Amino acid sequence: MRVAIVTFPGSNCDYDLYKCVQLVGGTPEFRWHREVGLGDVDMVMLPGGFSYGDYLRPGAIATMSPIMDAVKNFAKAGGPVLGICNGFQTLCESGLLPGALLRNRSLLFSSRDVLLRVENATSIFTQEYEAGQILRMPMAHAEGNYHADEETLDRLEGEGRVLFRYTDAAGEATDGANPNGSARSIAGILNESGNVMGMMPHPERAVEPILGSVDGLGLFTALLANLSALGTT
Amino acid sequence: MSRFRLEIRVIPRPGLLDPEGKAIHHALRSLDYEQVSEVRVGKLLYLDVEAASGEQAREGAEAMCRRLLANPVTEDFEIEVRDPSEETVLA
Repeated sequence: MRVAIVTFPGSNCDYDLYKCVQLVGGTPEFRWHREVGLGDVDMVMLPGGFSYGDYLRPGAIATMSPIMDAVKNFAKAGGPVLGICNGFQTLCESGLLPGALLRNRSLLFSSRDVLLRVENATSIFTQEYEAGQILRMPMAHAEGNYHADEETLDRLEGEGRVLFRYTDAAGEATDGANPNGSARSIAGILNESGNVMGMMPHPERAVEPILGSVDGLGLFTALLANLSALGTT
Repeated sequence: MSRFRLEIRVIPRPGLLDPEGKAIHHALRSLDYEQVSEVRVGKLLYLDVEAASGEQAREGAEAMCRRLLANPVTEDFEIEVRDPSEETVLA
């Protein structure tokens, strides 16, 4: 599995993703934002961080980077794309995923572990999990408050495109367990054709026991298994 | 071609949660400004542009707002076209 990890000026989780892809047996390759092609890769990952200093809106300027045309074409051709944190914001800004990420309702940058409930375990990203399973991993953002109009939210839910929701330890998506005010406690979503996914929490920071949790590992092993099955590895 | 100064206001859509506006509203209330019923916080951008007419300058600005300056999911925008010789904040 060859994975292009796009580095924008201000990305800071690109090396975490690099290590993570290696950990599951894939071959990571960095792509600088000024490159115009992705090369022969099986998957694209947009890392967390603060591309362009979050100027204008988080992810807004990154969508204008030369590499993003290639990422959009790759996604439209069915190639798997994963955006984490700032990568999720960039996918929403670029129109590859619906909705937007607003300022946390606390107004604070919040860096802590959160609990996520797996809502759909049939996507290529979540097949290693079970529906209803509770995962623990860190979040670290100031703009992770997912927003979309009611019609879009209904559609996301109706089509099984909400992959993760913030919950408490009992698996309930209570208001108190919602760390940023996200609509319907949404933490991660899928696009219509099922190949583009974005989430605010950081699975790549929960892949080894020394990090305090290995709950994020399943996402990457699922991707490796799916891409291997397609014979693209 | 003439020079124009565009004043672009980008504002969170009404009804959208605006925690920053809410916090400022609370702070104003704590100063006893009870007459304030709502605060919303947006952005103000000044752009100096060359265009054949004010109308053309506005059309260009609308395209810029739709493509980059405002997020169509969450923000509205207003554009004012000014003569750059006017005294403004930037002058």
